[in-house]
Amino acid sequence: MPTLSRAFIKSGLLFFAAALLLWVAIIGRAFFGLPSFLGAMMPSFFHLLMVGWITQIIFGVSIWMFPAQTRENPRGSGKLGWTCFYLLNFGLLMRLIGEPAVLATGSAALGAVLLFSGFFQLLAGAAYVKLIWSRVKGK
Amino acid sequence: MFIRISFTYLLAGFVLGALLLAHKGIPWLQGMWTLLPLHIEFMLFGWVIQFIMGVAYWMMPRLDQTKERGNETVALTAFLLMNAGLLVSGFGRTLDWSDGVVLAGRLAELSAAILFLVHAWPRVRAFGS
Repeated sequence: MPTLSRAFIKSGLLFFAAALLLWVAIIGRAFFGLPSFLGAMMPSFFHLLMVGWITQIIFGVSIWMFPAQTRENPRGSGKLGWTCFYLLNFGLLMRLIGEPAVLATGSAALGAVLLFSGFFQLLAGAAYVKLIWSRVKGK
Repeated sequence: MFIRISFTYLLAGFVLGALLLAHKGIPWLQGMWTLLPLHIEFMLFGWVIQFIMGVAYWMMPRLDQTKERGNETVALTAFLLMNAGLLVSGFGRTLDWSDGVVLAGRLAELSAAILFLVHAWPRVRAFGS
């Protein structure tokens, strides 16, 4: 398995565990005496699960297993793949930090963290599609 | 087709998600949250579910007798119904169309799932059986 795919899959596994940890914290916040703002973090939970885990596993496995682009360059640009990886993970982590911070403070400066989080994840998606598009072939 | 169109929905879903997240950080357009159902529809049905259907169609064992992937018309109909259904349901919820229209979209998605099941079922088998 290529290093890039291992990175996507291992990061996906970490986000899977983090998502379920956050879910337990959200639904058990009263029982565990955790802060009430956790109640507003369901969107973070869904995105850790759907983007951090499922989407990232799809990215990693498809980069690994889809038909080769060419014999000489089977998986396309490594630089583009790593850019996608860092943008997606950094964007998600920014969301995880920025969402409760904005909820707690309402600060516009912290709001910009969410703006950049979304932008980074969008760029990651575009990088992935550019990387994988030509590897979807007939037969 | 399933796979390439799922990439298109991934991009569209990420665009909507970025707009919504930016709005959550710095509110800038009234009514922005009406895009949320479309974002969810694109990411769940358009991207994840359709990608899985595409990879399943591609990779599952071919039918022994013909060495083909089974009835392509059934798979193509499932593809068309899934896309029609998710667009009608997504835009219907976002643009506040009637419940009947949204239900029709859901029924199209259900029909797509049943047709895909019919198509894929005989291809789920042990090697050499």
